[in-house]
Amino acid sequence: MAGDEVTLETLHRALPGVKPVSARRQVVNLGDRLFYIVAKSLALLVIVLALLLVADLCRGASEAIRQFGLKFLVGTTWDPVTHQFSTLPTVIGTLVKGFIALLLAVPVSIGSAIFLTFYTPRWLRPVISYPIELLAGIPSIIFGMWALFAMVPVIRVIQIWLKAHFGWFFLFDGPAVYGVGVLSGSIILFIMITPIITAISKEILLTVPRAQIEGMLALGSTQWEAIWKVALPFSRIGLFGAVILGLGRAVGETMAVTMVGGNSFAMIHSLFDPVHSMASQIASEFSEATYSLYVSSLIYAGLVLFGITILISLMAQFLIWRISKGKLALLD
Amino acid sequence: MMKLTSMTAALLFTALSAAAGQALAGCPTKGVKELTGAGATFPYPLYSKMFSEYDKACGVKVNYQSIGSGGGIRQLSEMTVDFGASDGIMEDKQKADAKGGAVLHIPTVAGATAVVINLPGVKSGQLKLTPDVLADIYLKKITNWNDKRIAAVNAGVKLPDLTIAVVHRSDGSGTTFIFTNYLSKISTEWKDKVGSSTSVNWPGDVGGKGNEGVANSVKQIPGAIGYVEVAYAKQNKIPWVQLQNKAKKFLEPSLEGAEAAAEIPTLPDNMEVVITDSANPNAYPITGFTWLLIYENQADAAKADAVAQLASWIITDGQKFAAPLDYAPLKGVAQKKAMALVKKIKVNGALVMK
Amino acid sequence: MNRHFRFRKFVEWANWVGMLCCISVSVFFLVAILGYVLVHGASYIDWEFLTAMPVPAGETGGGIANALVGSFLVVMVASLMALPIGIGAAIFINEFPSHGFGRTVRFLAEVLTGVPSIVVGLFAYALVVVPSGGFSAFSGSVAYAFIMVPIILITAHEALRLVPDSLREASLALGIPKWRTIMGVVLPVSSRALITGAVLAISRALGEAAPMLFTAFGNSFWNVNLTKPIATVPLLIYTYATGPYDDWHQKAWAASFVLLVIVLLTSVLTRAFLRGNSDE
Repeated sequence: MAGDEVTLETLHRALPGVKPVSARRQVVNLGDRLFYIVAKSLALLVIVLALLLVADLCRGASEAIRQFGLKFLVGTTWDPVTHQFSTLPTVIGTLVKGFIALLLAVPVSIGSAIFLTFYTPRWLRPVISYPIELLAGIPSIIFGMWALFAMVPVIRVIQIWLKAHFGWFFLFDGPAVYGVGVLSGSIILFIMITPIITAISKEILLTVPRAQIEGMLALGSTQWEAIWKVALPFSRIGLFGAVILGLGRAVGETMAVTMVGGNSFAMIHSLFDPVHSMASQIASEFSEATYSLYVSSLIYAGLVLFGITILISLMAQFLIWRISKGKLALLD
Repeated sequence: MMKLTSMTAALLFTALSAAAGQALAGCPTKGVKELTGAGATFPYPLYSKMFSEYDKACGVKVNYQSIGSGGGIRQLSEMTVDFGASDGIMEDKQKADAKGGAVLHIPTVAGATAVVINLPGVKSGQLKLTPDVLADIYLKKITNWNDKRIAAVNAGVKLPDLTIAVVHRSDGSGTTFIFTNYLSKISTEWKDKVGSSTSVNWPGDVGGKGNEGVANSVKQIPGAIGYVEVAYAKQNKIPWVQLQNKAKKFLEPSLEGAEAAAEIPTLPDNMEVVITDSANPNAYPITGFTWLLIYENQADAAKADAVAQLASWIITDGQKFAAPLDYAPLKGVAQKKAMALVKKIKVNGALVMK
Repeated sequence: MNRHFRFRKFVEWANWVGMLCCISVSVFFLVAILGYVLVHGASYIDWEFLTAMPVPAGETGGGIANALVGSFLVVMVASLMALPIGIGAAIFINEFPSHGFGRTVRFLAEVLTGVPSIVVGLFAYALVVVPSGGFSAFSGSVAYAFIMVPIILITAHEALRLVPDSLREASLALGIPKWRTIMGVVLPVSSRALITGAVLAISRALGEAAPMLFTAFGNSFWNVNLTKPIATVPLLIYTYATGPYDDWHQKAWAASFVLLVIVLLTSVLTRAFLRGNSDE
């Protein structure tokens, strides 16, 4: 049993015959009962609101669903003039940009959080972490504008260099001179989600009991070994939650990625190709969508995006389950 | 707070002079003090100026928000706003769906769309393009700036060997509507392959968000070509091209060119016409109206009066604010027909304005 | 010193450098963006900018007073709705665990974080604007609340989860009822993380323009009535940033700078306020 956490569950498992008291049974008096009802109603409210949203999306998308069915997901034409709509290129655009953004953001933000928690003197911490939280509050349009004015010219130079030297590689074999495209879109997303993941990860890492870390250090481990073997496993699930929040923002972000993503509706072949993400397409075209099938198709795209987010969350849940399988999970 | 005080003073003055028997032209006569409108982004700067002046003149607060022409049409249909604004004409199905019945399209101003470029060594107004060349560039049939067909119209201009990067609007917009409408008129291939709408399936390349996005993309990408409202081209100082109009004259975008485009003998009474490729010899070819959308048959007498008065003020007294902000004011026949439309507004069968 | 020990020291040093790189990247972008906003926006700010009403196109001067007040009202009402829901639901999931129900709520919250803000705006439009027949500041609050709840719920859940059970058991063992335990022990202990979540959610709401298009709608005039359209700062920034005039662009940057200061103040003040109250 070495290495197992000591919790109510383990205690009760060690003492057979003594049944654990369910949380429900802990509610013994009026105050508790009221509190339970209020808390449960609030949790139910979340479910109700989510279901209402889905219902509203389905209602709005119904015309497009009736017209296109599942072909909507695999077609590659988006033509408002001939009333033909489908989303495969934007699904791919969304997934690719989100994936690259996450690939860049997770190491940088968790690395930053680790640095802030374990390698930064206490007085310095707020000086760095408050501005990082500040970044989370910048309006997307500002991110977009900064990206367009300040970042894209730099990316353009990098893209031209990459194409000149590595143009044979398919990822770099594209219109480098545009500057806007998958690469720029991914990078601005990366910059936008890093503050969220960093801020939350830092909070989570700060709650690792010092005693455990100091225990490791007393046994002669290096700081890094203490982090890697104690702090990270302890906060693994919470860090995952932080990443999920970041991913949500990456997939749903509209304004900033619209300004530098290139916004073309075509299958991408390289990192330099311009492409819409689903969120940016919906936001771009909704105000001017002039007829009901057009509006309905955009809402259908929103529904598809919702479905993709569900799939990604399910995969994340599955990953968590696999990681904590065999060890005592801190959840449920 | 100073501004509020001066506003109060203006209101007092207005009230006093109204009480003194001077009826101010274009102000609501039935006590309405607030109006809500929504729609096109293109005229937003002008409307913000106009409505601020209208507040000073009449003490009426008109809250206009630029949520896009499509948004304006939808909100008008749902009757959540008192009037809509659009850079495009409502489609038949939309007209049928409008909850308040028939919708009047009252033009307020006209605007020109400039074709802008980024060609090293070529200055603004230097390059000339004919309609077919423009269409073929956007169709991706002409892909390099040193193409023979471009050189044919530009003797003496040094055209570099540079790929053309075509920039269009990624979001739906009235500017796209006007631009594609023009291309559809002058190129049957464009009409068949792509068509005309607020948002189309572009053959290529980069989509910029808003006029600002297109302007910036063109400015940054060497070899780019794009289309933006004249105000953006001027403010961002991007070189534009001369376009050949229907009378075979090459013209730079200008207010005079836009006004001329509106002065054609064939203006329909309901003013639902797109004045691109105008026959007027001085017309700039890519020009369009922007309209106020108002229900012909109103239900509320006070609101009907307020909306009608506002519309009449916009197309008469309000026009003086147009030119300084780079919009082409209504003149002559266009203005007369617009006024005639305002006079058609009825409430419960009775005409609001005589 | 044996080889293995030297290797471990090397690994320690290498990882320190790695983490330093990560934080440097974060700080680099931080400085780049905040610096850019500062450089472009700070100079435009004066007392008039903060207290005057917007002026129409073509005129210089004027300010964003109505938008500042509008944003404050809309976000405050949204927080009043979102904080209890988010924290309450998180409390329920963590303190009264029941197989499946809690996981569903948490899962839904995660999915909801990915909904584009424009879709949230449309939802609020269908839920509030259409039945009530017009745009209103309140419908904007509903839209913001919808964006804020998932962020608050997830961060609160993580914060509560990390409170050691021993604290809860000690409290219960002392005879303190469960609800007092939650309110008096669990919440204060996790307060710092809870506040971080709240601040992140509030700053997110303060910066979102798209949901406002079809809900709060915007208002060129002064309004503090929650049942009418109201101006908000992000919408104003969006309108100015996408306009043709340089003066407007400057105002957009200046307004962004003001927004950042507000976020910073919110962050600092809530922490100061709660540090005074808790036993940390």
